[in-house]
Amino acid sequence: MNVLVILIPVSLVLGGLGLVAFLWSLRANQYEDLEGDAWRILSDDDTRPPE
Amino acid sequence: MSDTAACPACIGIPDAILAKAASRGVEQIMLSLPAIHCVACITGVERALERLDGVASARVNLSMKRVTVGLDRPVAPETLIDALELAGFEARSLDSSLLSAEKDPVGSALMTRIAVSGFAMMNVMLMSVAIWSGAMGATQHMFHLISAAISIPAVAYAGQPFFQHAWSALRVRRLNMDVPISLALILTTGMSLFETVYGGEHAYFEAAVSLVFFLLIGRYLDHRSRKAAASAAAQLAALEVPRVMRLRDGVREMVDFADLAVGDLVLVLPGGRIPVDGTVTEGASQIDRSMLTGESRLHHAETGAHVTAGEVNMTGPLTIRAATVGMDTTLRKMVTMVDAAEAVRNKYTAIADRAAAFYSPMVHLLALVTCTGWIIATGDVRLSINIAVAVLIITCPCALGLAVPAVSTIAAGRLFRAGLLVKDGTALERLAEVDTVVFDKTGTLTMPVAARDTLSADEQAVALALTQDASHPVSQAIAAALDGVTPASLTDQMEHPGKGLSAIWNGRMVKLGSGAWLGAGVGTYLQVGQDIPRRIKLHAGLRDGAQELVAAWQKQGLVVHLVSGDDRTETSRVARMLGIDRWQAETQPEDKIHYIEALSEAGANVLMVGDGLNDTGALTAAYASLSPATAADASRAASDIVLLNDSLVPLIELPLVARAAKKRIVENFAISAAYNVVAIPIAVAGFATPLLAAIAMSTSSITVLVNALRLKGRV
Repeated sequence: MNVLVILIPVSLVLGGLGLVAFLWSLRANQYEDLEGDAWRILSDDDTRPPE
Repeated sequence: MSDTAACPACIGIPDAILAKAASRGVEQIMLSLPAIHCVACITGVERALERLDGVASARVNLSMKRVTVGLDRPVAPETLIDALELAGFEARSLDSSLLSAEKDPVGSALMTRIAVSGFAMMNVMLMSVAIWSGAMGATQHMFHLISAAISIPAVAYAGQPFFQHAWSALRVRRLNMDVPISLALILTTGMSLFETVYGGEHAYFEAAVSLVFFLLIGRYLDHRSRKAAASAAAQLAALEVPRVMRLRDGVREMVDFADLAVGDLVLVLPGGRIPVDGTVTEGASQIDRSMLTGESRLHHAETGAHVTAGEVNMTGPLTIRAATVGMDTTLRKMVTMVDAAEAVRNKYTAIADRAAAFYSPMVHLLALVTCTGWIIATGDVRLSINIAVAVLIITCPCALGLAVPAVSTIAAGRLFRAGLLVKDGTALERLAEVDTVVFDKTGTLTMPVAARDTLSADEQAVALALTQDASHPVSQAIAAALDGVTPASLTDQMEHPGKGLSAIWNGRMVKLGSGAWLGAGVGTYLQVGQDIPRRIKLHAGLRDGAQELVAAWQKQGLVVHLVSGDDRTETSRVARMLGIDRWQAETQPEDKIHYIEALSEAGANVLMVGDGLNDTGALTAAYASLSPATAADASRAASDIVLLNDSLVPLIELPLVARAAKKRIVENFAISAAYNVVAIPIAVAGFATPLLAAIAMSTSSITVLVNALRLKGRV
């Protein structure tokens, strides 16, 4: 059972990383236009969203 | 746009004024693009806009079907729309106040809370699985402690929207859905902490965080549909800034509508809407009263004639002396009348609110009765409170909180893709109960079309060549009616503002314009050389999809009526074409309201479909209402649903989707009730465990969501 001392912090850190990654993508407006971005990747033009 | 193709309304205005009118501090413009659907549309729109002078950036949002245009210098939205229309994309202007709504801080705060509670739920669940599988003693105690360390801050942070709403309801001594939710959250967390500290067996931490998680999802969906409704309202709240051209000492200046005084002279160019009630002091023109009265016939106005705000000036510039301004104009009075009707309109209570009103007191009562019952039976306060908390958790409205928002989000999304904007949250529920439809005629089922049968083939070719680049409403109607004709080749095309168009064709002068200009009677005429001018008849043609729509709705069991302000011959002709038996012509705006009230009193749930200002009262009086995007602002504001496309075809499935949505909502309530019926006796009897609570909560929420998702398929 001593392995829990390592495993629980590890699982919490991994979950926390996922949380931080999600919050970052949310703040970076990655969910604003899901449908459009799915199509844009097929386009040859390399346009960037305006800041 | 080149000068030759500019609209006659712009020709009269000096360039400097146009530029000034456009420069109202606009740096970003948003346009609605109802028809875009693919990657070619995205690049097409962005390229068409970025080619324009003054456009810094253009970014299409395909999900919202709109484009945000960044500008280096002020550019009128009309210029952008013209460029897009030329490139083949339908575009409409959006209110720039939407820009602030675009950021949506409330939505992203809710999303952050969902993420935090989701993270907490996953980790606490992980610990709980170990406990459910039989972790005992020190391990169980440690897992409870870690769960507490994760879930107490998570609940305190993520549950804030519920705590705030509950507190604001309690402060005014009322109960809402958030009161039992907050109570359950606080009691569950507090009780579990107490049990953890004293080494108890049952801790409901995972129930508390999953409760927050599922309810936040429901709250987020609810917020999204509300935001869509609010932005729809903002979108419809008239972009056309009421700017009018005032004549003072012979100088033209653009002023705010509000700055006009009685006795001011106002110049209204062809194609413009008359802003005030007054008398014509100079000029002669045809005016279109269809917005106010529904008549499709044009009226003649000359010096001394009385005109009313809301009418559209068609053929010549008019100078009008304002008799009434501001709130006193007929137009404003009509709007006020509508507001009054709105105030007394029976407010429909949404199914969710009815459920909540029944539910909240029930839950509290049940928990209280359980608690006192167990205290009397056993005398063990700790056990009794434990069981009461279990009852609160089990009955907590996870599924109830998701039942309506999930369904309305999916239904509104489906309708939005078809080109329908649902403005009101309860619109779908009300639409599902509609059994009678009242259509307005002019502008809703019909659009003005020029008759081509009075013209010879050559004349048709000349008329099309003359009108195809002009932007006057009559010209556009003629050009649209002559679709398919090969235009003749013309030289020396000229526009004569307020008179008509002229050009040289095969060495002969051709003219198209008002009868007064060509020395003929009232109406629009075409003259080739020195021949006798030929009248071009304008009549009402059916809007695209009108026949299919009426037939389909009749097949769906709806009773269709046609009520118009137009004369009998025209109304009966349209009714016959569409197969509508019940029609009434020459109906005044207040008679339309009476017509609908009579139907409602006879027990019908009436859907009003109309676009004119004369329909606004009827739209408000009806059980549910619908208007096309081309409708008057007041009418769109009064409608529950707005059709963004020109074609009426998307409306066909509307009643079916609404009925299906209502069915799903009722089913969802039945599902959550069924879960409660099974789980409550177990909880009251004291057999509830954290595992049971977690299972009941998750499965009921997921069942409800899956049931709502079924709306995406065939209805």
